[in-house]
Amino acid sequence: MNTTRHNPLIQAMALAVFVFLCAQTALAHPQKGEAVGFLTGFRHPISGLDHVLAMVAVGLWGAQLGSPAIWVLPVAFPMVMAAGGMLGLMGVPLPGIEYGIALSAILLGAAVMFEVRPPLGVAAALVGFFAIFHGHAHGTELPPGQSALLYSMGFVIATGCLHALGIGIGTVHRWAWGQKLLRVAGGLVVVGGTFFMWKAVA
Amino acid sequence: MKGATQSRLPLYAFVVFTCVMCVFPAEAHLNSTGMGPFYDGLIHFLMSPEDIVPVLALALLAGLRGARYGRRALFTLPVAWLLGGLAGLSAMTAKPHPFIAAAWFLLLGGLLAADAKVSLRVTTALAALLGLYHGYLNGIGMGQFDTAAVALLGLVFAVFILIALAAAFVVRLRTHWARIAVRVAGSWIAASGLLMLGWAVRTR
Repeated sequence: MNTTRHNPLIQAMALAVFVFLCAQTALAHPQKGEAVGFLTGFRHPISGLDHVLAMVAVGLWGAQLGSPAIWVLPVAFPMVMAAGGMLGLMGVPLPGIEYGIALSAILLGAAVMFEVRPPLGVAAALVGFFAIFHGHAHGTELPPGQSALLYSMGFVIATGCLHALGIGIGTVHRWAWGQKLLRVAGGLVVVGGTFFMWKAVA
Repeated sequence: MKGATQSRLPLYAFVVFTCVMCVFPAEAHLNSTGMGPFYDGLIHFLMSPEDIVPVLALALLAGLRGARYGRRALFTLPVAWLLGGLAGLSAMTAKPHPFIAAAWFLLLGGLLAADAKVSLRVTTALAALLGLYHGYLNGIGMGQFDTAAVALLGLVFAVFILIALAAAFVVRLRTHWARIAVRVAGSWIAASGLLMLGWAVRTR
C-alpha cells in the first residue's frame, strides 16, 4: 500500500489526470498570443513524420554509441537545426531540402540498423549536416503572427523531446534482445526514409 | 537518501513539463492581480519568458560553476535589476531590441551548453549587465503606473527567488548525467536564440 502511494509513476499519472481535468478556455482559432506561439512551435517538429523519424533515429543512434555520443548528438542536432532554421527565416535558399530530409532518415536509420560506430566527430558532423535541412524546412514554413520567443522555445523543446524519446527507446540496447530490436527500429526508419525519398523524387 | 532524491527527478521533470504545457492567457503587461502592486510586479516577471529564460540560464551557469558563483549572481543580478528598473522608471520610451534579446539567449545558452569555465568576474559582469538591461526595460514599461516602484520591488523579489532556487538546485547536482542535462538545457536556450535571431531579421 505504502509502495503504491509513493510510486513516482502512480503520482505522475494522478497528476496527469488532474491536469487534464482542468478545463481551459477553448482557443479554436489561432490568435496572436504567446501561449499559442509555444504550442504551435511545439507541434511543428512532431507534425511531419519525416522529421520525427530522423530525430528519433538521432536519439537511437546516440544510445547505441553510448557516452559521450548519447548527449553530444542530441545537443548538436538542435543547435545546427536552429542555425538552419535561422537561414530559412532569413530567406537564404538551400537546394534539395526534401531529398536531404529523406536521406537523413535513410542514413541515420541505416547507422542504427548496422550499428555503425564512427568517431564522435564524424557522427556529430553527419547529424549536424542533416540538421541544417530539417531546420531550414521548418524555418521557411513558420506561420506569421506568432510569438518568436515562445514559438522558438516550443520548437526546440519538441525537437529535444523527440531525441529523448529515441534515447529512451535506445536504452534497451543493454540487453541482447534490445540490440536486435534497435536494429529492427533502424530498419523501419530506413523504410520510412525511402518512402519519403520516393515521394520527393516522384 | 541520495537514491530516493534521484528517483524523484523524472517526477519533477514531468511536473515541470506539465506546467509548461498548461496554457494560460499571456499577461505580459502589468496586470492587476488584485493583491497589490508588489504581486503585480512579481506576476509580471513570471509571465515574461523573455525575462525568465536569461535569468534561468545565468542561474544554471553560475550553479554549474559552484556555490561561490551562485552567491555572487544571487546578489548582483537583483541589485542591478533594481537599479536598471529605477533608471527606466524615469525614462519615457524605449523599445526592446529583438537582436539583443536573441543575443542574451545565444550568449548565456552557449556558455551553459559549453560548460564554459567563466571567471567570477565575468559571471558578475554578466549578471550586472543582464540585470541593468532587463531592469531598465521593465522600468520603462512600469513607469506609467503610480505604484511602479513597489511593483518593481516585487519583480526584483521574483528574480531573487528564481536565481536562488535554480542556482542552488544545480550546485547540489553531483551526478554526471544531471550536469549534462543542465548543459542540454543550455543548448536549447542557445538554439532558441538562433531562431529568434532569424525571426528578428525576417521581421525587420
